[in-house]
Amino acid sequence: MTKWLGAFMLECKNIGFYYNRSNWLFRNIHLSIERGEIIGIYGKSGSGKTTLAKIMANYLSPTEGEVLVDGEKSNHSEVYPVQLIWQHPEQAINPKWKLSKIFEEAKELDQDIPSILGIKEEWLNRRAHELSGGELQRFCIARAFHPDTRYIIADEITSMFDAITQAQIWHALIRLVKERNIGVLAISHHISLLERISDRIIDFNQLKGASEKSF
Amino acid sequence: MHVYELNHETQEELEKIQNNLLLEVKNLSLTIERFGKGWTRERLYVIRDFHLKIHHGEVVAIVGASGSGKSLLADAILGIHPKNSIVDGMIKYENELLTEKRRKRLRGNDILLIPQMTNALDPLMKVGKQVKTLMKQNNHQKAVKQIFQKVGLDPDVYDQIPSACSGGMIRKIFIAMALASEAKLIIADEPTNGLDYESIDEMLFQIKMLEKDNKGVIMITHDLEAAMKVADKIAVFYAGETVEVVDKKHLKKGGKFRHPYSRALWNALPQNGFIAIDSTQPSATEKLTGCSFAKQCPKATKKCKIEKPLLKEISHDEMVRCFYAGM
Ligand SMILES: Nc1ncnc2c1ncn2[C@@H]1O[C@H](COP(=O)(O)OP(=O)(O)OP(=O)(O)O)[C@@H](O)[C@H]1O
Ligand SMILES: Nc1ncnc2c1ncn2[C@@H]1O[C@H](COP(=O)(O)OP(=O)(O)OP(=O)(O)O)[C@@H](O)[C@H]1O
Ligand code: SF4
Ligand SMILES: [Mg+2]
Ligand SMILES: [Mg+2]
Repeated sequence: MTKWLGAFMLECKNIGFYYNRSNWLFRNIHLSIERGEIIGIYGKSGSGKTTLAKIMANYLSPTEGEVLVDGEKSNHSEVYPVQLIWQHPEQAINPKWKLSKIFEEAKELDQDIPSILGIKEEWLNRRAHELSGGELQRFCIARAFHPDTRYIIADEITSMFDAITQAQIWHALIRLVKERNIGVLAISHHISLLERISDRIIDFNQLKGASEKSF
Repeated sequence: MHVYELNHETQEELEKIQNNLLLEVKNLSLTIERFGKGWTRERLYVIRDFHLKIHHGEVVAIVGASGSGKSLLADAILGIHPKNSIVDGMIKYENELLTEKRRKRLRGNDILLIPQMTNALDPLMKVGKQVKTLMKQNNHQKAVKQIFQKVGLDPDVYDQIPSACSGGMIRKIFIAMALASEAKLIIADEPTNGLDYESIDEMLFQIKMLEKDNKGVIMITHDLEAAMKVADKIAVFYAGETVEVVDKKHLKKGGKFRHPYSRALWNALPQNGFIAIDSTQPSATEKLTGCSFAKQCPKATKKCKIEKPLLKEISHDEMVRCFYAGM
């Protein structure tokens, strides 16, 4: 039974990483997210949360250890089942594109997603610099909900929103991921937000600290 | 019903306040004209009616709906708004009209913008150098590294390029820029976005130091808690309009925000109710009749849908735009 369940998880096994040979950012990170589960994670600025997010979403290769998606190592299929929503939307969207192109790119994207996220039709024929920070972030969130998405890493995704929009978006996201059985790792500094949205909360510094002891 | 007492300043006091005025914005509007779908022209009423006063040695926070025009407001003050937009209304800097020519002279010297978007940094230039270029004197590395330490950045970050910095580090580099410059007015767009609690407190402390230095700081933020900690006044922005300006003293005494939108914002904070009221602010393409908040307001009446509430002054520098505020 546990073995069967174990297969439907996003797992970090013994992950270690450095940008600079002389300096490990973290080592021996163990973390697993089940499908349909929302895990909140917080930790000091510069501690490596975004870096871990990139590793989990296959943008960076770990220096050591491996990431398993439902029991398998990353295969380079067309759409990666782990989607990363970036901390800064302005860095994640091609500034030359009209935003309608985001949806053309993601052809199989669900019809309802844009309206659930409050994306207005009139924004589609604009480019990134013609939208506000929060408006742009909605496109990044929408794009992550591909039919093949099984896990989402949400890196500080609602700090660009006012409190009302933040609450609206998270209420909608929670419904969506539960319906679709998507596992979520939500990174935020805002612990009271994590308490509202997460099934379980992890302190990244402890996660790192626990591993340091076992160096 | 509340009864608001007006402050009765003497003539002398009033003059002092007037002389100390750093920036005054009245009836500001910003309209964008662009080609919409299929070559139709569309007009976006992004800022409809904005008012703000800020004095030397004062911090004013601007909070409000995402997309309500906060970043464009900052651009309009600096005169770097999009080419296809028209700005109307009055902006005075140190009691004189802010003309195009003055703006050019003041921009970057007297008035500094800390941007919301992290891609405002030069991606190829060492971040330390980018801070250094803003310094008038002490134009050396050591001074920059000292500032870095003040804002909680490792001095070694000097030699990094922006892409090697974390989200929080970029915000700290931005505030380092404000400290390095000699600007009198700093407009900081979401300076605490994505920072941990400890860093937020450090950041707010630095903003307080700027205030002590007799500078004016306009802090645009979604972080209502940070705003309440650091700001003397909070201006609430919705659909391009100022809907409320509240003095911190009022909130400190246990007073509530007066406008229903501000209250909804408060109740939506995760540490309060995490309550999401329905719907969104009207689109910038809409011409508004009645109260801009009527569609979302739990207290809206028939009158609200037909008649437009004016921004009423309720005490010195405090204002609210609602027929029923305070009831
Ligand atoms: N491309 C890079 N090259 C070199 N160093 C990097 C690079 N990206 C990040 N770093 C460094 O790695 C550390 C961790 O950065 P990361 O972005 O993962 O932190 P974070 O926990 O997400 O922080 P924040 O909460 O501020 O976003 C930082 O010290 C940063 O300077
Ligand atoms: N160059 C532009 N052309 C057309 N519309 C624009 C342009 N720039 C901004 N807008 C629109 O103007 C409105 C206000 O944008 P602004 O960036 O000022 O919002 P904001 O209040 O800063 O929001 P956020 O909190 O999300 O950053 C938005 O609805 C946005 O779509
Ligand atoms: S005027 Fe009416 S709709 Fe507008 S905020 Fe007040 S009660 Fe609500
Ligand atoms: Mg980060
Ligand atoms: Mg903005």
